[in-house]
Amino acid sequence: MKTAFECTLALLAGPALAARLEISIELPRMAIAEYHRPYVAIWIEKPDQTVAANLAVWHQLQDNSRGEKGTTWLKDLRMWWRKIGRELTMPVDGVSAATRPAGLHRVRFSGARPPLSRLSPGSYQLVVEAAREMGGREVVRVPFDWPASESQLQKAQGRHELGLVQVQVKP
Amino acid sequence: MLRTWWGRVAALAVAAWPATVMAHRQWMLPSATVLSRADTWVTVDAAVSNELFYFDHVPLRLSGLVITAPDGSTIQPENVSVGRFRSTFDVHLRQPGTYRIASVNETVFATWMEDGEQKSWRGPATAFAKEVPAGAPGLRTARLVSRVETFVTAGKPDHKALEPCGSGLELVAITHPNDLIAGEEATLQLLLNGKPAANLEVTFVPGGIRYRDSLMDWRVTTDADGRFRVVFPHPGMYWMNATVGGPQRGSGAPESRPPRAASNADPPAAAGGGRMFFPGGDRASYTAVLEVMPE
Repeated sequence: MKTAFECTLALLAGPALAARLEISIELPRMAIAEYHRPYVAIWIEKPDQTVAANLAVWHQLQDNSRGEKGTTWLKDLRMWWRKIGRELTMPVDGVSAATRPAGLHRVRFSGARPPLSRLSPGSYQLVVEAAREMGGREVVRVPFDWPASESQLQKAQGRHELGLVQVQVKP
Repeated sequence: MLRTWWGRVAALAVAAWPATVMAHRQWMLPSATVLSRADTWVTVDAAVSNELFYFDHVPLRLSGLVITAPDGSTIQPENVSVGRFRSTFDVHLRQPGTYRIASVNETVFATWMEDGEQKSWRGPATAFAKEVPAGAPGLRTARLVSRVETFVTAGKPDHKALEPCGSGLELVAITHPNDLIAGEEATLQLLLNGKPAANLEVTFVPGGIRYRDSLMDWRVTTDADGRFRVVFPHPGMYWMNATVGGPQRGSGAPESRPPRAASNADPPAAAGGGRMFFPGGDRASYTAVLEVMPE
């Protein structure tokens, strides 16, 4: 039986409920003849590199003109595929989204809703993996603490398939 | 002349086998081993070659091809073609899960006495009973089981298609063969006729031989449970092989062997510096092509 005091504590521990994770991902522009938008996966790992949350996968949602299913190339997000993707039936509501063009993209996740509402306080890594048809693959990791008592900004620079990746934890 | 039984059988075996096992490497190379979903296809090249994985000798014959689907059923290859240097076939992956693509050949060598003359025969195990007189005087046989495999997974890896059948040398994938990552330790096991193949040397050779000067091969030895651990240094396709019975690496010619009695007694696990002898000179060979992914 929890005491009223513990319940109050639980509520106070709730900054995670109100906290937000704001992620910005730069997909570099490339001066090449044949450019296809990359597949991108975004997830959270614990320090032991096990998966804490599967946040987003940008992939082709429709069959293409040759009738090929967009899920065909999900395995090219190799790390995401091995850790998460092969266990799922894609697309997944709230996770699957269309591919995005080169440029800066912002995505936000609220601590009030799953999966972040289930994230216990601690140190994590945001992992972004990008794989491009006829191109390369890259994984960028950005460490962060969850939740944060004051706004916290972490960043990491990709080298070819990803540009700057920034993670902001807001209280 | 080779007058001993072992000598004759060995001579037959050498005549039948060298092109595939002793001097060349057998393999089946799939177009992909990791696929996102079911209802996709892979195509497979099958060859016997010197270099890995190039077609420079003869095609692998597909008479012993057995493709096991994730539910354990056997499925047929499509678009089968045997070329000058390699065979090819397609596999339609209708079900999600892991497929085992295997070329399994069981050959019997036999000698017996007939009208005062020694007769000999070799052929597939299925034809043995038809072509060799049952209960022939002095009948001696040796069995050779050769298994060449590769693995393909659509979606989540599973294990049903990988179940051993208890004949010859077989792989037990403690680490799944479609879940091998460069730099990570994998644990595998070999069985001989369904029992752990202890103290057996296993050879690994990375593909891409043509474009390097060194073979870059290495060997590991199975433990008492037939298990071994291996770390693949780089991503890529690897050729794995183990052989029991018959001429071993660095050993003398077959005819220098002591003649073997055709008894059914349990073989010694190992004799003479790690060589393994079996009743009647039985042999078994296991070969796999394994893809190792980058992290």
